[in-house]
This record gives sequence, C-alpha cells and structure tokens, in this order.
Amino acid sequence: MTNARCLLWSLPTLLFAASANASKSMPLNMTKGATEISQQVYDLHMTIFWICCVIGAVVFGIMFWSIIRHRKARGVQPAQFHESTKVEILWTAIPVVILIGMAIPATKTLIAMEDTSAADVTVLVTGSQWKWHYKYLEHDLEYFSLLATPREQIANKLAKGENYLLEVDRPLVIPTGKKVRFLMTSDDVIHSWWVPAFAIKKDANPGFINEAWTRVDEPGIYRGQCAELCGKDHGFMPVVVIAKTPEDYLAWVAQEESRIAAEKAAERELLAMNMDMAELMATGEKVYQGWCVACHQPTGGGLPGIFPALKGSQLILNDRQAHIEIIVNGKAGTAMQAFGKQLSLKELAAVITYTRNAFDNNTGDAVQAADVYAVQQGKGE
Amino acid sequence: MSAITHDHDHEHDHKPSGIKRWLYTTNHKDIGTMYLVFALLMFFIGGSMAMVIRLELFQPGMQFVEPQFFNQMTTVHGLIMVFGAVMPAFTGLANWMIPMMIGAPDMALPRMNNWSFWILPFAFLILLLSLFMPGGGPDFGWTFYAPLSTTYSNDSTALFVFSVHIMGISSIMGAINVIVTIWNMRAPGMTWMKMPLFVWTWFITAFLLIMVMPVLAGAVTMVLTDKYFGTSFFDAAGGGDPVLFQHIFWFFGHPEVYIMILPAFGIISAIVPTFARKPLFGYASMVYATGSIAILSFLVWAHHMFTTGMPVFATLFFMYCTMLIAVPTGVKVFNWVATMWRGAMTFEVPMMFALAFIVLFTIGGFSGLMLAITPADFQYHDTYFVVAHFHYVLVTGAVFSIIAAAYYWLPKWTGHMYDERLGQLHFWCSLISVNLLFFPMHFVGLAGMPRRIPDYALQFADFNAFISVGGFLFGLSQLIFVWVLVKCARGGEKATAQVWEGAEGLEWQVPSPAPYHTFETPPEVK
Amino acid sequence: MQLHRTLVTKLLLVTALMFGFGFALVPLYDVFCEVTGINGKTSNVPATALVDGVDTSREITIEFLARPNKDMPWIFKPEIRRLTVHPGEVHVMNYFAENPTAQMIVGQAVPSVSPGQAALYLHKIECFCFTQQQLAAGRNMLMPVQFYVDPALPAQFSTITLNYTLYDVTANWQGNAATENLGE
Repeated sequence: MTNARCLLWSLPTLLFAASANASKSMPLNMTKGATEISQQVYDLHMTIFWICCVIGAVVFGIMFWSIIRHRKARGVQPAQFHESTKVEILWTAIPVVILIGMAIPATKTLIAMEDTSAADVTVLVTGSQWKWHYKYLEHDLEYFSLLATPREQIANKLAKGENYLLEVDRPLVIPTGKKVRFLMTSDDVIHSWWVPAFAIKKDANPGFINEAWTRVDEPGIYRGQCAELCGKDHGFMPVVVIAKTPEDYLAWVAQEESRIAAEKAAERELLAMNMDMAELMATGEKVYQGWCVACHQPTGGGLPGIFPALKGSQLILNDRQAHIEIIVNGKAGTAMQAFGKQLSLKELAAVITYTRNAFDNNTGDAVQAADVYAVQQGKGE
Repeated sequence: MSAITHDHDHEHDHKPSGIKRWLYTTNHKDIGTMYLVFALLMFFIGGSMAMVIRLELFQPGMQFVEPQFFNQMTTVHGLIMVFGAVMPAFTGLANWMIPMMIGAPDMALPRMNNWSFWILPFAFLILLLSLFMPGGGPDFGWTFYAPLSTTYSNDSTALFVFSVHIMGISSIMGAINVIVTIWNMRAPGMTWMKMPLFVWTWFITAFLLIMVMPVLAGAVTMVLTDKYFGTSFFDAAGGGDPVLFQHIFWFFGHPEVYIMILPAFGIISAIVPTFARKPLFGYASMVYATGSIAILSFLVWAHHMFTTGMPVFATLFFMYCTMLIAVPTGVKVFNWVATMWRGAMTFEVPMMFALAFIVLFTIGGFSGLMLAITPADFQYHDTYFVVAHFHYVLVTGAVFSIIAAAYYWLPKWTGHMYDERLGQLHFWCSLISVNLLFFPMHFVGLAGMPRRIPDYALQFADFNAFISVGGFLFGLSQLIFVWVLVKCARGGEKATAQVWEGAEGLEWQVPSPAPYHTFETPPEVK
Repeated sequence: MQLHRTLVTKLLLVTALMFGFGFALVPLYDVFCEVTGINGKTSNVPATALVDGVDTSREITIEFLARPNKDMPWIFKPEIRRLTVHPGEVHVMNYFAENPTAQMIVGQAVPSVSPGQAALYLHKIECFCFTQQQLAAGRNMLMPVQFYVDPALPAQFSTITLNYTLYDVTANWQGNAATENLGE
C-alpha cells in the first residue's frame, strides 16, 4: 500500500531533520541555549525524544506489518488468541524500566535548577500588564522594559524588523560567568518570565515571589516572551536580556546609574521650568506610542465599550484636572493604570499635553511637570 | 430514524411527532441522537472560532481581529470543544449504545436523561451570547486562571460561570444515569467481566465525572465570589493565593482530560476486534488499565503547574506520577496492536479512523511523556508544543474515535450503510489536513512560540502559514462528513442486523435500524 | 425506579461531598502550605521568641524587598537591603512608608518568602503585615518586623528573601483603633 510506504519514508527523514535546527525560517528544534543548565535541558529533551521515536518505530512498525500482512484480502484466517500473561507482564515492566532510566537524569537537572544559593547578582523581575520591570538589588537601578516594535509594524503599515515582537526599549543586562538570581513577582495578573536560552520559565504571581537562577557562558542577546496569558497584550511583552562580560556589565551599571541620577536631577529642575509645545508634543507622541496606543489605539479612537476614545473625550476637553488625575492615579476597577508611578514627570506632562491636542482635540493647552507634580502630591488646582 | 417493529409484548406509548417528540422524549435513542446532533453543531461553531484564530495567525501582524477578541476566540473555542462537542458526543454515544450493549430497555432515569440534554443548548446559548456583551465575552482561556478571570475580567464572567454550572449539572446527571444503568440494569448473564469495553470505559468515566465536575463548580463559584462578592480566595491582598486556583482547577482539569479519552479507548476496543475478526487482546488488563489510569489521573494535576514555583519534592512527585501514567496507557496501545496481529483485517472507514487513532493518539502520548519531564517542560510549557500535544490526543484521539463510532454504528442507527467511498474521502482528507494542521505546532513550540498569542515573531511565520492552511482544509473536510451523515440518514444500501462481519455484542442482535424500544425483554447472555 | 433509589442517593451524596471537597481544598491548601511552607506564605500569627539556642556557627543572609502594588501610591522601602544573622537571634528591621497623597490610605502588606520552604523557619514575633496599616495624608512612619530564623533551618538554605507586597485596602478598612498609626 503506497500510502503506508510514503508515511514510512517521510518519518525518518523528518526525524533526521528535526535533530538539527533545520533553518532559520523553519526552526525545528529547541535551542541548546547559552548555559550549562540549558544544555542539560536540551539533552533531556533529545533523550526522551529519541526514546519515543524508538518505541514509536517498533510499535508502528509491528502495526504496519500487521496491516500489510494480516488482511482478509490476502486470504488469511484470523487467529483467535486473546491473552498472554507473559507478554503483558513484559510490556508493562519494560516501559517502567525505561521510565526510571529517564527519571534519574531529569531529577538531577531539576535539583540543580532549584539551587539559587550564593548568587552574585540578584534581579527582581516584576511583570505587569503589559511590560516587565527590572530592579537590581545590588545597585540602585530599576526600570521598565517595554515592547519597542512600532505599532505601525504590527498594523502592517511598515515592514517588519528582524526582531519583530522580540525587542524592547530597555533590555535587562547581566554579567556572564556569574550566578545571576531572578526573583519573579507580578503587579496584577499572573505573568511568566521565559528566556529559552537560559531554560528559565517561572511564573510571576501577584503578591508572591518565585526564584530562578542562571549562569551565562557567552556574551550575547537572548530573547524570550511572557509565557502566561495575561490579557490582551500577552503576546506583546517580550523579554530581552543582554549578557555582557563582567567589566562591561559594571561599566553599563555605572552608566545607567549616572543616567538615572541625571534624569532625577533634570526632573527637579523641570518643576521650575516650562517645556515648549513642540517638545511636549514630540515626547508625548513617543510616550503615547509606547504606553497608551495598545488600548486607546493610534487614532485615539479607543475600542467602543472597552477602552474609551480620547478623540473628542468630554473628560479631556472639559476637565483638565480630572484628565491629569486619571493618568497619574488611574481609575480603580478598570484597566486604566496609575501611570504616575511608571512614567517620569516629563513623560507624564508630555503625554497629557499630547492627548489634549492630538486627535483633533486641539485644546491648545500645555501641561507642565509642575502641574503633574501637584496632582501627585495630592494638592489641588 | 425509527422503524416500528412489533417484536415486544406490551403496548408502547404513542410518541408525539414533530418538535414535541424531541422536547419531551425520554427514549435513550432519541436523546442519544440529540446529543450527537448538538455536538456536531457545536463542533462546527467551535471550529469556526478556530478558523478565526488560524486566519489571524496565518501571517505575522494583526490583520483581522483585535487582540482581546482573539483571546475571546481562543477561550470560547476551548470551552465549546471540551464541553459542547467532545463531552456531549461521548454522552450521545453512551445513551445510544450502553442500554443496547447490556441488554437494557433504556437508561435507568429516562426523565432526568431528557433534562440532562435540554439544559445544554440553554447553557451554550448563554455562553455564545456573552460574546455580544459590551466588553465582549470571556477572554481568559478555557482554564480561566485568577486573577485574570476575577479582578481583571469583564462582566461576561458572570454568564460564563452560570453557563459552566449548567454544563456541570448536565454532566453529573448524565454520569449518575450511566452508573445506575450499568450497575442495575445489565441483562442476566451479563457479568461485569462480560461487558463490552465501551461500557467499562464509560462506567469508569462516569465515576470520574461525579468526582470532579463538582470541584469545577466550586472553582467557578469561587471565581464568581472573588469577582463580585468580596471574597479573596485567589487575591493576595486579602490573604488568598492565585496558585490555589490552579490547584483546584487542575484537580478537576486533569481527570477531565481522561474523561475525554476513556470512552474513546472503549470505542477503539470495539472497532478493532470487529474489523480484525479477532477478539480483543487482554480484555481483563484493558479493564484494569482503564481503572489504573482513572486512579492515577487524580495524582498528576500539578504537572500543569510546573512553572508556578512549587518546591522540588512536590514537582518530583508529580513528575514521577505523570510518567507512570504512560504505563497503563501504553498497555492499551499494545493490546490493540496485539488484537490486530494475525487477524484478518479489512479497512472500512471505521477501521481507518481507529487505526489513525492508534498511531496519532500515541504520538500525542509521546509528546505528553516529553512534557512530563519537568526540566524539559520548562521549555515546553505554555508554548505551541503543548497545543500540539493536546490537539493530537483530543482531535486525532477523541474526535477521530467519535467519528469512527459514528461510521461504525450509523448503519445500526439509520438502517442504511453509509457511502463507503465518500467516507474514505472524508478520512483521507481529514488525516492529511489534521497532520498538516497540528504536526508543525510541535516545531514552532520547540522553537519558542508561546501559546495564546495573536501575533508572533518572524521565524514562526512559515510554519504558521502551513498550520493555517491545514486548519482550513481540516474544517472543509468535515463538511464531507456532514454530507455522509445526511446522505445516510436519507437512504442507502439496506443494513443487516449484523452490519459488520466480525461484529460481536448485543447491539448487533437487534435489527437495523434499531427499533424504538429494544430489549424490553432482557436477552439471554451466555 | 425504586430499585435505583439507593444508588442514586449514594451518587448524589458523592457529588455533594466532592462539591464540599472543592471548597475544603481552600483551608486544606492553607494548612498544607503552613506545614510545608511550599507557597512561601509566612504565618499570620505572632511567633514566640526562643529562650536560648542561638547557632553562632551558621550565618544566614536575609534579603528585604518591598513592592508597593502599582495602584498603591505609598513610598515603601526597607531600611536595609540585607542582613546577616545567626539562627536563633532576634532582630528588628524597619520598613519606611510614606503617604504622599492628600487622602488617608490604609495599606495591607502581604509577605512572601523565597525559597518557599524557608518560610516555615522565618518566625515573626511582630510584623506590620499582621494588621492593616493606616497612614494619614502626607505622613510617614517606620513599620517594624521583629523576627528570628529557626536554628532548625535545613542546611541547604543560606539566603532567605522576604518580600512584602503592599496593597491599598482603604475600601476594605475595618477601622480598628488598634491599627491606627498616624505617623509623624
């Protein structure tokens, strides 16, 4: 029967190709990763895979042999045997032995993965809808990490970049050769932090912390994604980790610390200053594209019944104070988060100004950092 | 659908005709038919949601739907297929066949049987209508983890909870009916170890149902109260724990997937011996294996939760138990092959689907064994590798077995042989397209594509295109099945009572089509 | 149908029991976690101090983390990030909290310990997480946690991370006078 033969030939071919990472556009297999643990995980995966292939080949081989030979059309008489205790014991015992053989290395690797002691660097990873937040415990350094792929690419208006949906504005940076410990938690729903190259996937549960660790051998860029359904943009909150040599890592940390210090200083100065409209609108548009467009849409039209439209919004047009307040403090019981804690004063002032003037709202109104600061401090008009 | 034969010795009720017949029927054959027709309808509705999913995933980028509607599609697709297609289909087969297989005149509780069916369309109407609410329908996955389903969900959650409660009540009533029927109404001489395996597997499935559907009811109630009545079962701020939800849900959820496969095992165990013209190999161990699978199914739930942060000793326990469950399952596969061995096989459509089941379900079992290996699972969990696994066991597993059963018993139900050539066409189109649809999912999952995402990175694009094409072809192929069913219901070569040369069992002793009332006098079973 | 009645009744009973079991899983889970510590939750009941038994041969590093939930406007941070202690020694650590807004806000801190099993061995004699904490507008305060590590802590643990997530529970505030802390 030619169909059966086609199947028989395609199977080993497919398996052979599967054991190598066939091509970039049609990747067939798990990554070996960049750590010793990820290599162990890959080996476990391949071992169980080959065991299954062998068992499959034997069982299906017997089955297809039977289909070809033991058919009425060939004029055979059916046998009538229907039990054999010996055979049954054998094919119960053999799988148990194989499974025990598989369980031993799996147990070893699992225990190794759980040992988070004596870490050199610890990072607190907090998931929220729909971004990651990284906080280094050894340094005074923390920041959000958002999807950097422009919405126009997602909307098919621009050609997609090479790292489409796997790029962020601020990656996590860790040193190579050092034990890095990750503490996972969440600010809202359950997320899951996954970097295939490290074989780390750990749920970020709200109100609880989980731990994982890695030691990366080679410098490089490692990309992953959120791995637990967390709402509408679950597919749009990637993880990007850059592993640098320890020297480069420390240099980066110092650079970031001074950048953040400079931004904080600038914030304090900003309170006394007024930004001009052009700067507010330009910065505001960038903030809008990164933080607001997922719900309120590029057109400001929102999604009727779900996310309110900003275009022509009564709140925006008629109540400046309420507009600032809702962006700073969010709206309890809705998906509107308190962005006052997530964005800088400059970014807040800019995006509020932007939404007051874009989408044909045209209030002509500029909101300054001082206005936002006042609302954050709970002071009135 | 029913020929009136006068081979019974007391008057039978004059059944009403038209819609009243179906609304008020307590006849197991009528109710079985309704379950099966309902399941088929739900299969197409759930299937069209899958088409929406595959349409959006055909290419990278968002072309057709918004992400939250996509999440509603994945959620309701899952709910409909699990609770609206597979489970009612198996229940329909149980209703039609169990009384005949044990020589009983009907199910033990015929009026409750009617209720068990009719609340289902009501439940699904509510679920489907919730999609049209402002804010849309449930969008948190069929597994509805908290707090996504509690604090962060929209008001369709209330309808979802109500709908699931009703589905649960239907399943529990159906299960009670099955147990009582099998326990009390077997014909004299039909001892436990003489029952067809389909009856055994449904008997055990029914126990699983009454044990875990109430737990689902509890979980869904806790979601409702957390959302609307200020409880904090799953809310850390109030002293609760979101992971608790997962424990409760999967305590139901894992036995649930065995609920969806054990009846399939029974069907295959009926079909293979018939077309091999050889008795089922190892009947007793098939029964014990089914029992072991059922018991073990209560001990493995947290293998869905390996990444939640459980300590090592707990993870290891669940890893070992999950690996163990492969043993009785493997025994069953070996027994089917041993049944074929040195038989005299013919390859009519039911046998084709049964053989495809054995191969493809086993492939699904292999990916399941791989998933059991916890460190490896860290790379597979919540990726398309898992989606591939459960679609192999559920589509080429459960659904293929249901289709096989339909072809197998259609002549008994309708009195006509189905069109064999059309059936073969349905089989081959389904076989090729289903593998084009689900096999590449293993690859994209291994390559790192998470599940439940409406858009993906470019390296997954080529496979996703194939998968989507496979999906559309698979959907179209099922229209051939509808054609076969309609054609057979209308007419065709007259079927004998025996129908299949190698068929054994009480159901093949009654005429085809089976009379409206059968075995009103219990048969003699030797 | 008489013949079916007993069996149906038994099966309905099983159904009802399993429904109850589903709810019983809630306290069962809590008990299981308390006994094994597996979800990292620490006890809500103040522990009593050990009379003696400081194990000077071991050093345990405790890490202190603070996470105000995104909807909680308080500033919330530990006074120090790390402390090295001997098992059995009682220590006090302060968490700084400030309410920068113009309204009174009540917070509830939810502790989580990692590794989960170590939670069993971190005994809190006094903790601001036992009760809701009220803070008036513009005020700040130091919230103490008094604790010791049980000398029976298994040898494989040398670092314990204690995280507090702080939630705004003003809407659910029970208004208990004992919890009032108007700060400075």
